[in-house]
Order: sequence, then C-alpha cells, then structure tokens
Amino acid sequence: MIDKNDKSAIIRMFHVHKNYGSKKALININLDVSKNEFIFITGPSGAGKSTLMKLLYLGEPVSEGQILIDGMNLSRIARKRIPLLRRKLGIIFQDYKLIPTKTVFDNVALVLEAMGKKRRFIRKKVNSVLRMVGMEKRFNALPQSLSGGEQQRIAVARAVVGMPKIILADEPTGSLDPESAGAVFDLLKGFHARGGTLLIATHDQELIRKTGCRAIHLKEGRQVSK
Amino acid sequence: MIFFFKRAFQDIRTNKFLNTVTIITIFLSILIVSALVLFFLNTNDYMNSWKKGIRIIAYLKPDIVEANLVDIKNKIQGLYGVAEAEFISKEEAMKRLREQMKRQSSLLDGLKENPLPDAFEIRLAGRSSNIENIENMAVQLESLPEIDDVEYGRKWIGRFVKLFDLFRLTGYAMSGIFFMAAVFIVVNTIRLVIYSRREEIEIMRLVGATDRFIKAPFYIEGIIQGALGGIIGLAVLFAAFLYIATNVEYGLSSGLLHVRFFSLRLSGTIILCSMLVGWLGCFISLRQFLKE
Ligand SMILES: Nc1ncnc2c1ncn2[C@@H]1O[C@H](COP(=O)(O)OP(=O)(O)OP(=O)(O)O)[C@@H](O)[C@H]1O
Ligand SMILES: [Mg+2]
Repeated sequence: MIDKNDKSAIIRMFHVHKNYGSKKALININLDVSKNEFIFITGPSGAGKSTLMKLLYLGEPVSEGQILIDGMNLSRIARKRIPLLRRKLGIIFQDYKLIPTKTVFDNVALVLEAMGKKRRFIRKKVNSVLRMVGMEKRFNALPQSLSGGEQQRIAVARAVVGMPKIILADEPTGSLDPESAGAVFDLLKGFHARGGTLLIATHDQELIRKTGCRAIHLKEGRQVSK
Repeated sequence: MIFFFKRAFQDIRTNKFLNTVTIITIFLSILIVSALVLFFLNTNDYMNSWKKGIRIIAYLKPDIVEANLVDIKNKIQGLYGVAEAEFISKEEAMKRLREQMKRQSSLLDGLKENPLPDAFEIRLAGRSSNIENIENMAVQLESLPEIDDVEYGRKWIGRFVKLFDLFRLTGYAMSGIFFMAAVFIVVNTIRLVIYSRREEIEIMRLVGATDRFIKAPFYIEGIIQGALGGIIGLAVLFAAFLYIATNVEYGLSSGLLHVRFFSLRLSGTIILCSMLVGWLGCFISLRQFLKE
C-alpha cells in the first residue's frame, strides 16, 4: 500500500481554490512537493503566488480543497496546533513583516523564544545566523533604520533560525542588489543542502534558469504548463 | 518566566503613554473606592462604639422584694442579646442624680421620700444592637410581671440607625460601581494597547508563537499596572488621611473621635484587588482580541 511518491511528499495540495469575496485568486491547484525539493512558484504580478504561500502557512483559509503539510491536514487542524505547523515553516514574507519596535536581534530571537529555547542557546544561534546574512554588526538596530535589502536579510535570518523543515520564500531576493541577492540565495541553497524543503515565489526567470529546478507557473490563479 | 517579565517591562517602556493612562485610571479608581471604604470603616467604628453605649433601663414595680432580685436579673440576662444587667437601687439612682445635678442637688434634700424606682440597667451584646433587636428586647422586658416600664431612645435610635444603613448601602453600591468602571476603563485602555500592537502580535503568531506566549507579558503588565495604581492610590489616600486626621483630631480635641487607617492586611487586600482589576482588564480585552 505504501506509495513511494506519497511517502516523500511533504506538501500536498488537492483541488485547492481560494476566493477573496467574488475574486478568484487561485483556481484548482494540485501540487505535490517532495521532501528536500527545491521548487519555484512563478507568474506575473497578481497571479496568486503570495496567496498560495498564505494558504500554506494558514494566513488565509482555503475556500475549497485540501492541503496536507508534513502529515497535518490544514482544514482540520485545531486552533491550538497552528503554532506547531508554523514552527515547521520558515517564512520570508514579501513585505518582510519585521516588528518595528524590536531590534534586529530581538526580531530574529523571537522565533526561538516562542519555541521556549534557552537564552544561551538563543544568543549563540541568533549571532551565528546574523553572521551568515552579514548583519551581525547591526544586531542592535531597529528595522526602520535599515535599507530594504538589509531588512530582507533579517527576514531571511529569521526564517532559517528555527531550523524549519520547509522554507516558504516570497520574493526573497526581490529588493536586493545582485551581490547580496547571491549571498541570500547561497544561504537558501545551504538550507536545501542540509535537507530542507524550499518553496520560492519569484518572477525572476533568470534565477529559475540558473538553478534548473522545477517551477510551477501561475497565471490569473491557474496552474499553466509552460 | 524571567523572560516574560523582561518582555513585560520592555513593553511598558515602549508603550509609556498608554501604560501611564492605565496606571492613572487604576490609581484614581482605587483612590475613590478606598476613600469610601475608609470613610465607612471609620463611621462604622464610631457607630459601633455609640451603639455599645446604648442602655435600656427597665424600671421595677415598687413592690418588688429584695429576695426576688437575683431571680429577675437571671430572667433578664436570659433574654437574647443582653450582655449584662446591672441592678440600680433607688438609693443608687438618687446618688447619681445628685452627682448630675451638682449644686442644685440641695433641691433634692427637700424630698421626704425617694421617688425613684429600682431599676435594671441593661447593656446590649455588641452584635445584637440593631434596632429590631432593641425593640424586641423592650417588648420582652415589658412583658415580665415585675417590670413596670422600659425606657430607651426609641424614635431617634431607629431613625439614626436606618439613616446610617441607607448611607452604608449607598457606599457599597458606589464602591461596586467604581470597581466596575475601573475594570471597564482598564479593558479599554488595554484594548488600545493591544490595538496599537496588533501588527506585532500578528507577526508573533505567524512565526509560531502560541497564544499563551503572546498573552503572558500582557498579564504581567496588567498585574504590574494594577499593583502600581493600587500602591499609589493607597499612598495618596494615606497622605490625605494623615493631613485630615491630624486636623480633625486636633480640632475636636476630644477622645470622642478616633480615626484609623486600613490595617496592613486590608491594605494588602486592596492592592490585591487592584492587581485583580489589572488582570481582569487584560483577560477581557485579550479574550476578545485573540478570538477572531
Ligand atoms: N486580502 C485580499 N483581498 C482581496 N483580494 C486579494 C487579497 N490578497 C490578494 N488579493 C488578490 O488576489 C490576487 C493574487 O494576489 P497575490 O498577492 O497572490 O499575487 P502575487 O502573485 O503574489 O503578485 P505579486 O507578484 O505582485 O506579489 C490579486 O488579484 C490580488 O488583488
Ligand atoms: Mg506576491
């Protein structure tokens, strides 16, 4: 009975629809992402890339269909267990979503604090992740004093610090110059190399061509084959 | 736990304005309620000492023989609410009258015979000295065959006690209303705090924080605010009390009016109550907020 493909799928979407009121943002999405896969979601602006991500971290409920992530059925999940789902995920938001009143260090540390990690561990881990994104010197800065690219690197640091199984990255290199984009991308590749599953939403075709990984194309909310 | 305290203090520092508003709200409510309580505490003290002074005088019929006195005394003391019955012979009564009249007491010398009756002076047990009990007792005393007449300040005691009860009831109601108003205002200021931080809360949830993790610092904040508001309220009340008490006692300069402040235990209870206000305010507004 054990289906090899089934066993290795960490994200499964069955006939997923998403409506915002009468606006159909996603129409009949079917998608399997296997463990340790590196997959792109592409499509023009407004195609529904961010919406698809939102469904995966329960930022929005699905209108129709089913989503399974690492054995959890998102339409059946109890409210209390939503944090558990989100701890499996490292999310890089398109608009970063850094807490403006907290320092860079505290923003990143928050993930580990919410997990109940020890302070010593948190300090070591956060410092090492900030070093990886090249922001260790700015640990005490507030987000609004950083450039867009710097904020994005903090968002990446926060996404990887909790050692999630899956990273959902919405335009992770969107506002970076080629050099820091390359650095962030290397960081994500490193995460993939350590066994993580990576889902990147982008309209950067160059990036996709370079890696040669699978890409899902969206157009006006539908999956299209290219 | 230390971590949550750290976060709570950090939050208080970053939200100085709203936190100050909350503390001031709690402070004013505690000040008003505890001022009321203090006032009633003292007037109640005063009432009680006054009630203790209430005496019922039961005059005996003139033909009572001395041998029966012990028997009558026992009967009286057997009545509900009687603390003590003291026999006042007519000679004793005359002596007291003379003392009271002082100079004019020579007027009494003209009397051939002592016109005063023998009597029992009855003191009431502390608890039972409400007006119904006094009236009941008077009726029971009058029904004893040996007793001729019963005397006590019937009308004005009744009026006074009823007025005071009404007064006290109003006080309770006002305290209750102020307590609820305090909770209501705290709920709303904390709702403002939460509202100003909804983005932060939303982000915390998105990175996997549980509701408990998000709420804990708010509760600590609420309790700290309650404690601070309560302590400041009591301190201000105490200062006002000292000022008024010294002036009042000096002005009246009679041991008659002795005012007191809350006992340590009652002060503690008031601070606990104000912490409860802070906690309750948080609880209500957080429950509404985190539900959606
Ligand atoms: N909260 C919302 N309410 C109503 N409509 C929404 C909402 N969020 C997104 N939409 C609509 O759904 C569609 C898909 O939006 P989405 O943000 O997923 O696009 P996207 O592919 O991420 O675009 P971009 O590349 O610009 O980020 C858009 O037409 C958008 O207007
Ligand atoms: Mg988007």
